[in-house]
Amino acid sequence: MRQWIRQVMASGELFIWGCGAGLALSLFMIAGLLVLILVNGFGYFWPADLVELTLKDGKHVVGQLAGEEVGPKGVPRIRMKIGNRDLYGLDYRWINTDQIVERATPADLVMVERREWGNFYGRIRTLTKEDQTVVEGVEAVWQSLPALIREVESSEGNSPYALLVVDANGREKSIGLSQVVRVLRPNALSTLGKVWVYVGNVWMVLTTEPREANTEGGIFPAIFGTVMMVLIMSLVVTPFGVIGALYLREYARQGVIVRIVRIAVNNLAGVPSIVFGVFGLGFFVYGVGGTIDALFFSDRLPTPTFGTGGILWASLTLALLTVPVVIVATEEGLAAVPREYREGSIGLGATKWETIWKVVLPTALPGILTGLILAMARAAGEVAPLMLTGVVKLAPALPIDWTWPFLHLDRKFMHLGFHIYDVGFQSPNVEAAKPMVYVTTLVLILVVVTLNLTGIVLRNRMRRKYAGSAV
Amino acid sequence: MLDQQYDVKSSVTILPPAISSLEIESMDDPDSTLQPQSSVSGKAKLRVQGFNFYYGPVQALFTVDMDIPEHQVTAFIGPSGCGKSTLLRCMNRLNDLIEGARHEGNILIDNMDIFDPMIDITDLRKRVGMVFQKSNPFPKSIHENVAYGPRLQGLKNRTVLDEIVERSLRGAGLWEEVKDRLHKSALGLSGGQQQRLCIARALAVKPDVLLMDEPCSALDPIATGIIEELLFSLKKELTVVIVTHNMQQAARVSDCTAFMYLGRLIEFGRTKQLFTNPSNKQTEDYITGRFG
Repeated sequence: MRQWIRQVMASGELFIWGCGAGLALSLFMIAGLLVLILVNGFGYFWPADLVELTLKDGKHVVGQLAGEEVGPKGVPRIRMKIGNRDLYGLDYRWINTDQIVERATPADLVMVERREWGNFYGRIRTLTKEDQTVVEGVEAVWQSLPALIREVESSEGNSPYALLVVDANGREKSIGLSQVVRVLRPNALSTLGKVWVYVGNVWMVLTTEPREANTEGGIFPAIFGTVMMVLIMSLVVTPFGVIGALYLREYARQGVIVRIVRIAVNNLAGVPSIVFGVFGLGFFVYGVGGTIDALFFSDRLPTPTFGTGGILWASLTLALLTVPVVIVATEEGLAAVPREYREGSIGLGATKWETIWKVVLPTALPGILTGLILAMARAAGEVAPLMLTGVVKLAPALPIDWTWPFLHLDRKFMHLGFHIYDVGFQSPNVEAAKPMVYVTTLVLILVVVTLNLTGIVLRNRMRRKYAGSAV
Repeated sequence: MLDQQYDVKSSVTILPPAISSLEIESMDDPDSTLQPQSSVSGKAKLRVQGFNFYYGPVQALFTVDMDIPEHQVTAFIGPSGCGKSTLLRCMNRLNDLIEGARHEGNILIDNMDIFDPMIDITDLRKRVGMVFQKSNPFPKSIHENVAYGPRLQGLKNRTVLDEIVERSLRGAGLWEEVKDRLHKSALGLSGGQQQRLCIARALAVKPDVLLMDEPCSALDPIATGIIEELLFSLKKELTVVIVTHNMQQAARVSDCTAFMYLGRLIEFGRTKQLFTNPSNKQTEDYITGRFG
């Protein structure tokens, strides 16, 4: 027996199983997280059926199903998104299943997306113009709605028309058409129609601005801010990282000091990001920005121009945060350039600088790009330093627009990571915002993946260009 | 024995420069046991004079004296670590790159001291080309590889560059094989082709001297044969110095051979004579395969 144990231990089989189990566990958790985000994120866009419940007490509830569970006393219950925040004060409601008499999905139920108060679920009664009924009956109103809503859009949000709607229990409510974003009858939609609405929803989220404290509408400014910030950061971090690595690897005399510098650079990568945020606030925003204001924008003081958080300062702070990554990767890339290349170049009469510029750097480029990819991944997900250096929950304007000087680096911006925090944890209506959190998380992940894939494709193309397998 | 060797060599180092450009035939000394110059005829292209070389505290070369004749192939042979590569790399000052390396003595090319602080080192390296043991084409296209040297000299005219590329590739016997794929990656070539590309790259800057550091050690016999043939045509244009581990190769391709051992030049002479009738016991032992 003892010998058997010794054999098993010696063969390392246990160890291999342990390693495999560990790997499987971490993969499982990552996959679980991704699936959760994917399901909830992509599910958000699907126009779910509107369900009308008839309860034992004769009341009706209209809404979208939003989950089931076994309640505190062992009674199964369902969760409904009932909307109509202006009427009920709540977006969600629990209903015990034993209270339900009947479930139905009548085709005349409508979902009205509004600019305020969230969705309205109910039925259309009439269309009015200045309190005079114009069109009566569900179908007739439904037919005339699309043209009118389009008209609202073209007349900058003013409309004399209003929808008279009733909720499940007959409470009337008049909604001005200027408040209406869209009216949907999900129960009357075919599958293809739902797919169409789905695509429209995706497009809407990706391209429009947020509404209602970010809990509704799109997240375009946040996507734009994230991508732009990462790009500015890349533009700054690449030259600095590469120059730093070049000096450390190629020119500096390898000794104690260089070793200490290298250790310091590596440790810099481990400094908590909020520390960089504080530094960015103190140095970039108040120091550099304040000086720029005093020198060039003194007529606007005390209103700060650059002396307050902005996309430039946030990008610079993140560049500082990620420069160690680029330095380390570049140094490794430089070290991997064969000595023969350098000697070959020098042997042809090139100076050291010519050798570095024409042979060493191009050869090390894939390594440099790897560093940049890692840096971008880190920067896109970082939130803490941004909160101190220029991110806001709602930016009035994008950092790029059509007014001079087109690129407004002093402007505050929105960011997907901060958007998640803000929508999910700072919004007045956390329940209603939850789907938005998933969507934003999904988009953030997709943005990071896209940025990384671009970098990887670029790197592979560069590698292939010089690979030995060239036909 | 070493004293004797030193004496014979030092007799060369005191040659006044005026004589060095003459035929060295007059220095013939048939009685010398080492005969470092006696059998070497021809104008000396490279002259190594009392040359010591140190890697930090380690001395790698001990008072080497040697006159390498122009338009001939000179081979350096000797066991690993004997300093033949070091000597070769000193000839275009590639060892400058190594930290802590220093030298004593002189190396003259056409009577110009290559260590003279006044000379342009890139100019020297243009005149003294180098082909390495491991073929090292840059990860660029074939055309860019060959045009690299001329471009460094500021040549930008495409037509001229194309001419140089063609001429150099023809010189290296590679033109016919690669003329249709000049703009493909050089790393797609076979080992032998890569090595010839490196030769072409060196030829593109029109050197006077071509240093080759075991250029065939990683090649198969056929590729080796092609490069050896190439040497015969190359020596019409320039002076070739080749380091090799392969004594048959030295015997086949070289006109003169230098045998080095433990950082010292043991024997230098006409290849034929050195291989058939070595004057030194160590040389004989080495070429007959008794050590090394």
